[in-house]
Amino acid sequence: MTSPTTITPQAYMRAQSRWHPLEIAFWLATLLPFVLFPNYLSLASQITITALFALSLDIILGYAGIVSLGHAAFFGIGAYTAGLISKFGWGEPLTGLIIATTAAGLVGFAVSFIISRFRHFTLIMITLGLGLLAFEAANRAHWLTGGSDGLQGVSIWPVLGIFKFDLYGYTAYAYSLAALFVVFLAARLLINSPFGLALRGIRENWVRMPAIGAHSRAHIRKAFTIAAAMAGLAGALLAQTTESVSLESISFQRSADVLVMLVLGGAGRLYGGLVGAVIFMVARDQFSGIAPQYWYFWIGILLVTVVMVLPNGILGGLSHFYARWRRK
Amino acid sequence: MLPPVFGVLFDGVAYGMLLFVLSVGLSVTLGLMNFVNLAHCAFAMLGGYVTVTLVNDLNWPFLATLPIAFLAAAIVSMALERTLYRRLYRASDLDQVLLTIGLAFISVAIAAYIFGTTQQPVETPASLRGTIGVLGLDLGKYRLFLLGVALVVTMLLVVGLEYTRFGAQVRAAVDNQRMARGLGIDVDRTFASTFALGSGLAGLGGALAIEIVGLDPNFAFTYLVYVLIIVSVGGLGSIAGSFAAAILIGVSDVAGKYYAPELGAFLIYLVMVLVLMWRPAGLFGRR
Repeated sequence: MTSPTTITPQAYMRAQSRWHPLEIAFWLATLLPFVLFPNYLSLASQITITALFALSLDIILGYAGIVSLGHAAFFGIGAYTAGLISKFGWGEPLTGLIIATTAAGLVGFAVSFIISRFRHFTLIMITLGLGLLAFEAANRAHWLTGGSDGLQGVSIWPVLGIFKFDLYGYTAYAYSLAALFVVFLAARLLINSPFGLALRGIRENWVRMPAIGAHSRAHIRKAFTIAAAMAGLAGALLAQTTESVSLESISFQRSADVLVMLVLGGAGRLYGGLVGAVIFMVARDQFSGIAPQYWYFWIGILLVTVVMVLPNGILGGLSHFYARWRRK
Repeated sequence: MLPPVFGVLFDGVAYGMLLFVLSVGLSVTLGLMNFVNLAHCAFAMLGGYVTVTLVNDLNWPFLATLPIAFLAAAIVSMALERTLYRRLYRASDLDQVLLTIGLAFISVAIAAYIFGTTQQPVETPASLRGTIGVLGLDLGKYRLFLLGVALVVTMLLVVGLEYTRFGAQVRAAVDNQRMARGLGIDVDRTFASTFALGSGLAGLGGALAIEIVGLDPNFAFTYLVYVLIIVSVGGLGSIAGSFAAAILIGVSDVAGKYYAPELGAFLIYLVMVLVLMWRPAGLFGRR
């Protein structure tokens, strides 16, 4: 084994981007619901969409270290854009996705000029404020969004003209999963590129990065725009697969939930958001049947435990034990 | 005879005073330790529920419950500070946000479990009900009482911070923590006391708020937003800043609801984002 100091940068980047057998196993396992849980495919599709949303937050929070309490704003923009396009007569799903993603990305690009100027508490407050503004805007624009009644009358044409969205969620799950996989591949390339490395540098020390030639603010703007577009894509998927958009899709609750999932799974790891989303959504599905109002008690306990005991989330804890086991 | 706009102004200032009592503690602790405590309003909610229980179940007079609300919140916050908070003083913003959001979630669930999700009524003494006519305006007696309480709290805080040894230590630690440590001030202990004091004030604010805004388990999140807005607009660690920001937000909220109800909370969020973009450290912040 070579010691890390003798690895060339190129070899390091290549080693980072190599596929681990566990990763291949993970993606094969995502096909299991088709066979094992055919009655839970709508839940599986919701989980997939949430995982994509968590992945988008991971790009800015896990890698670039930007804490955002208003990320649902972009999810909501994507959802409402996709919903409105179809409501006004264009129900083709793929172009709908592209338009919604672009819309969220453009808003994200505009907002990124604000975001990149601030750090710490001010940044948290500004993201929170912008998220709440987006929520209030969607709530007040009743004539456009349906306000608290939700956006009704969305109808989506079959995917590629062949696969209709069915009641059991076959198409919905396959469609969301394909989208998640494609975006994940792109995110994986991005994170393992020099740009991804620069983002991690900004997370660790954003003052020092410009000294080695990486313009922190420009990098943050790019990462934020990409994350916003991804969140918009997730929102659009939800709008299309459920054929409705509720005000909940742009609420603070959604921003907080996705943060919890990401941290639970392990921020700063590509699979952190995915694993967190699976655990969170399955647990919520199981628990909320028993006592919906106390679900947040357990979330709270979980958060306190993760912060106190597992600072890098479940995946961080697992890889820590794996590393210790390897050394023995 | 004064035009009705003064009535709206009065209600706005009274509401602002309530928000000031709720938020001033968070402002000082954030300025002192840079600790992002999103569970601040959970302590306020605790104070509120203490008052509700004492008044409705044990028939205490409303005014006598206020000190108990203060003490209960202060004691619980101190216990949490000793066990959980202090381990995260040097942790990242994210960890602090997660821990305190977790605590707020737990508090909401516990409140819903014990008291249910309905609004809790509380009976105020007869002397605080009704209105007084001043120059043609009907001023609510309870709102006048709020103004009085907030002014007393402000006076005590200003005197306490300006003229006592403890106050001097707090100011030194807010201004330059490392220098204060170098001079032998036990900043951690100063912080623990300040934290208990600030949470106690939140508890008092929670008890006072029931009459104006009601009390249900979502209080910990609904008013958290207002408190955070005041703290960030006023500037961390600045009492004068919190005071000015609380009046600004209180008046804009009441005036917004009165003159432009279709805007809802839009106006306040907008005020906050614009102020922060213009002055990232808040109106009175120095950092």
